[in-house]
Amino acid sequence: MYVDVNAERVFVSTGASRHQPDAPAIVFVHGAGMDHSVWVMLSRYFARHGFNASAIDLPGHGRSQGEPLNTIDAMGDWLADVVDVLGFDKSIIVGHSMGSLVAHRFAVTHLDRCRAIALLGTSVPMPVTEALMMAAADNHHAAIEMINTWSHSSQGKVGANNNPGVWMMGIGERLLERAGRGVLHADLEACNSYSGVSQEIVCPSLVIAAGADLMTPARAGLEVAKALPQTDIVNLEDCGHFMLSERPNEVLSAVATFVRGL
Amino acid sequence: MAEHEGPRTTGFDTLTLHAGQQPDPVTGARATPIYQSASFVFPDSDFAVGLFNIERAGHVYSRLSNPTNAVLEERVSALEGGVGAIATASGQAAMHLAIATLCSAGDHIVASRSLYGGTHNLLEYTLPRFGIETTFVDPRAIDAFRNAITPSTKLLFGEILGNPGLEVLDLPALGEVAHDAGMPLVVDSTFATPYLCKPLEHGADIVVHSATKFLSGHGIVIGGLLVDGGTFDWGASDRFPTMTEPYEGFHELIFAEEFGPLAFITRARKEGIRDFGACMAPTTAFHVLQGLETLPLRMQRHVENTRRIVAFLDGHDAVESVLYPELDAHPDRELASRLLPKGAGAVFSFNIKGGRNAGRAFIEALSLFSHLANIGDAKSLVIHPASTTHHRMSPTALANAGIGEGLVRLSIGLEDPGDLIEDLARGLRRSQRA
Repeated sequence: MYVDVNAERVFVSTGASRHQPDAPAIVFVHGAGMDHSVWVMLSRYFARHGFNASAIDLPGHGRSQGEPLNTIDAMGDWLADVVDVLGFDKSIIVGHSMGSLVAHRFAVTHLDRCRAIALLGTSVPMPVTEALMMAAADNHHAAIEMINTWSHSSQGKVGANNNPGVWMMGIGERLLERAGRGVLHADLEACNSYSGVSQEIVCPSLVIAAGADLMTPARAGLEVAKALPQTDIVNLEDCGHFMLSERPNEVLSAVATFVRGL
Repeated sequence: MAEHEGPRTTGFDTLTLHAGQQPDPVTGARATPIYQSASFVFPDSDFAVGLFNIERAGHVYSRLSNPTNAVLEERVSALEGGVGAIATASGQAAMHLAIATLCSAGDHIVASRSLYGGTHNLLEYTLPRFGIETTFVDPRAIDAFRNAITPSTKLLFGEILGNPGLEVLDLPALGEVAHDAGMPLVVDSTFATPYLCKPLEHGADIVVHSATKFLSGHGIVIGGLLVDGGTFDWGASDRFPTMTEPYEGFHELIFAEEFGPLAFITRARKEGIRDFGACMAPTTAFHVLQGLETLPLRMQRHVENTRRIVAFLDGHDAVESVLYPELDAHPDRELASRLLPKGAGAVFSFNIKGGRNAGRAFIEALSLFSHLANIGDAKSLVIHPASTTHHRMSPTALANAGIGEGLVRLSIGLEDPGDLIEDLARGLRRSQRA
């Protein structure tokens, strides 16, 4: 569905369900250059389990209008506007990669609106290598190749997905190719410059790290977890950064277990 | 702009051996096991619901998906550079699945008129019974494709190498026509295989294969593959209600909204394979996988042998003309060199002097070449299209497709090329006595 946020259309995928008054809210935030479709399984799962599931497209991404936001701080504030429009009092925010920083920032600055956060493939700070940044600045396909290759484990690069017939490397590449000119660079700049303080977060949190993650190494995710007050940690061995396509069932189970325990 | 270089990615030859598979985590089996099971046990009730509701990844029932088939699907998708694939009972089933996923009664297709006879039959005679009409055009006439598009047209279709005239489909030009009109370009790439050409890199959006041919390579199975490039933005076109409107058959699911680049292949699996049921048997998938493991080696040899034989026939007194896109006389030579730089395939046609009778005598004199209706076998094959694969076509349609009475089609195998040339020389001698 579409909602208007700050006079721009924002796309929200609801897991093919209508939002219900008073149902608990869970909001999914995608990573750099991605869109809501990476959350299809989780949003459908939580919608069926009584949540108002909302996988959003950030401004300038997927089906949402507008220019990409340049900072994680701006994305966190924008997310607060989105949950206002959606009518959510308190939300569980689940973010992957750049989306995890948005969730992190939301939990710092909008703590009264945040029931819990789940950070998938996270690192605070989240430095971006210069070669990738420069390629993204030039809208060069090499940037897509770098992210896609570095985001898959050794096994992930040759597949063996348990989502039948799906070629993970192909999906990663196509999703990133769909991002408009400048979007990826804006996202990477936002990641690169974020410096949130995890100790300020008071809500329950989950960190899912991936053992073969070259973009946000597992040790960086575990450092974030250490700084958070109430944290569950799940480490996916031999999994790459694109854990939602490499291990969709394990990611879903980890998030579902965390949410059930709230 | 500064020069940028992406990291090295897995090579094609490696993907033919490894894509989509890892050693079996339970048994350690290195080869892909044949999962000869109709159904798969659910770990618990909630997971079962999740599988049906596309929340969980896994297998339910082998008509919908099967672990052996999934390896093949992922591997072919990797080789073509797509996002996903579905293995089907035949190449015809793959073609039907592509069309049925996009078209409904009242819809329209624009297709090359130089097609495999079975595909021509499907489009010309069978689909109109279900309200889907096709306009056939010269595969070289790009404007004819454009001019034939109507408000109800849903896709452009052609074969990368026309059958049997070997017209090379101008994928970049046709892709542009299709995309300008808000529709995908669907390409049958059976003759080329991804070793010789990846249509998705040149403007196609969906690729279909008969896996019976070079992909499996040994003439032992019937199968097909439907590959989604994930390149077409269904939501940006107003032509595809099956992708952009709620689907009552799946709780109002809107495929283009929820699945992004996977929208088409997901709809094809959740509707087309589910409801029409033309799935591949897992043993067939295993055989195709075995063939794929040697695809690069076989295709190189197929092409090398073909070039030797084309050179032999091209100068032969009993031959009127040879239709092979690498020859100077072929109108698509330049296009072939761009789209098929590693070779223009191993199937080609030639016109024998003396017409139908000479053709019959030629075929009957051959001993190494097998006279049968197939291509892409490791063994060399021969057929007379006008009386066999294309016999249902009218004389006008035959003429439009460039299929004359004396046209003979060869599929060059992996034998010693000297032996093949000797066999052909004997056949040509006999043909001229007929």
